[in-house]
Amino acid sequence: MSVPTLDPSADDAILDVDGVSVWLSGREVLHDVRFRIMPGEFTGLIGSNGAGKTTLFRVILGLQASSTGSVLVGGRPLTRRNPIIGYVPQKVFLDPDMPLRARDVVALGLDGHRLGVPLGWGRRRQAVDAMLDAVDARRFADARVGNLSGGEQQRVLIAHALISRPRLLLLDEPLANLDIRAEGEVVALLARIAREQRIAVLISAHDVNPLLPVMDRLVYVAAGKTASGTTAEVIRAEVLSALYGQHVDVLRVHGRILVVAGAEGPSGVTVEETDGAAVGPDIVSLR
Amino acid sequence: MVNTWIAATLVAVIAGVVGFFVVLRGAAFVAHAIPHGAFGGAAGAVLIGVNPIAGLGVFAVGGALGIGWLGRRGRHDVATALALVLMLGLGALFLSFSVEYAAAIYSLLFGEVLGVPSDELLPIAGLGIACIAALAVLYRPLMLTSIAPEVAEARGVGAQRIETGFLLVVALAATMTVPVVGVLLMFSLMIGPAATAGSLTRSPRNAIALSVLLALATVWIAVAVSYLTNLPVGFFVGTLGAVSYGCARIWTARRRGRTAPA
Ligand SMILES: Nc1ncnc2c1ncn2[C@@H]1O[C@H](COP(=O)(O)OP(=O)(O)OP(=O)(O)O)[C@@H](O)[C@H]1O
Ligand SMILES: [Mg+2]
Repeated sequence: MSVPTLDPSADDAILDVDGVSVWLSGREVLHDVRFRIMPGEFTGLIGSNGAGKTTLFRVILGLQASSTGSVLVGGRPLTRRNPIIGYVPQKVFLDPDMPLRARDVVALGLDGHRLGVPLGWGRRRQAVDAMLDAVDARRFADARVGNLSGGEQQRVLIAHALISRPRLLLLDEPLANLDIRAEGEVVALLARIAREQRIAVLISAHDVNPLLPVMDRLVYVAAGKTASGTTAEVIRAEVLSALYGQHVDVLRVHGRILVVAGAEGPSGVTVEETDGAAVGPDIVSLR
Repeated sequence: MVNTWIAATLVAVIAGVVGFFVVLRGAAFVAHAIPHGAFGGAAGAVLIGVNPIAGLGVFAVGGALGIGWLGRRGRHDVATALALVLMLGLGALFLSFSVEYAAAIYSLLFGEVLGVPSDELLPIAGLGIACIAALAVLYRPLMLTSIAPEVAEARGVGAQRIETGFLLVVALAATMTVPVVGVLLMFSLMIGPAATAGSLTRSPRNAIALSVLLALATVWIAVAVSYLTNLPVGFFVGTLGAVSYGCARIWTARRRGRTAPA
């Protein structure tokens, strides 16, 4: 029921988030979040600023304890260091003054957590070159990474996360500083990687549109609550109105989706429980 | 004179390597604060009649641990400033009690590179090797936490522990080099060559090597010229550091300008 398209059993899921709530400084930032991701699936995590996307990533990475609920990664409970997850954080500090090439950043993805100086240069170099080719970043392999454009840096960071061969790739707002063309290129690259290498991708964004062509499923976060399912199932006025706790309209214009908050509804909107059987997506816990 | 050359060479190698990581991590203020604050410890040691180097070491390590602990969340600069003023304040207090020894302490500020006794060379070399070995062990996590601390955390690297380890290396380097070259010189030797190297080359390995070479050239020239002119070594090291960095920036800016499409 929760994953209508694939009818999976829980054991096959690469990521199973089950009833996760997170309290930060006395405020419930995430409430009863539940969704599942299958191997090779491309999932968008959509929500506006402050919705809790980064917090959810931190929970999945084991960096933030959840107050309730559980997370299984590859069928196992969370551990601090999970080699099957690759991560591209929202903020990466790449100072142009740093003597660091794109290839050095990618190599750190291979073994940056290990102590000691790296050995086996030839093998490392081959692995790094292959990875740079895979994300189409070989051209600027030897450029100073701080001088690269936003889109180029994003490719380098994706290579950095992929070189350790994860089965689940988490990307926190990788499209944030990109223009429309770079956005399209990065999304196409990620979709290709997900398909060819069967890596599940969970990508957060505040706008659903760049991901529409490639997304298998999405998880929509608003007001601490989430709804998950396919685009058609989740991006609907009833579902999103229930999430936001106020009336919103969903407009489809030239293949783009606009979610518009209507005029301020009456205070204390009553949200009716949507009929799960008829609607499909699991709207999670309406309070 | 031979001792001077050996000491200066050891100090330059250590400053060049440690300085690379200081510049990479944007920790110039910490590298400024630890040796300067440690100076207060030396004053205290003189007051109670123990070897000033012991006082230097205690303050340097204490300062490093304090900065690491206070700066756990986010930026270090406030923690660093607090540690610095606290240690300097204590230093001023100690100095006010021990007027007759002020000269010995004064030499710590500017170093006595032209009068290094032979029995100090071995400890300097030992501590230097320890510093460089520690940096070699921490090399990859230091690089990773410099660019993406969250990724490092997610991969099981305790960013906080790595940071504290790094601060301790800076403290160790300061303890051993300050008595030779002085507080002022140590700082300029850590920052100038490493910053210059970082702007001239792109690969971290080359930058470390170049940083060491530039630090060596700087001290050798400074010691030689100071010997000939009888002017303080610190003056030449500081000036060479600033001038070489300035030249490197101008050179890279020119080169970039030339390769850009007209
Ligand atoms: N350590 C914390 N203590 C208290 N509140 C926090 C903490 N970290 C985050 N928050 C709050 O939790 C909410 C969710 O933050 P989060 O960073 O997960 O949002 P986000 O969806 O990633 O936003 P953005 O799109 O701006 O990156 C925000 O309201 C934020 O203020
Ligand atoms: Mg965020």
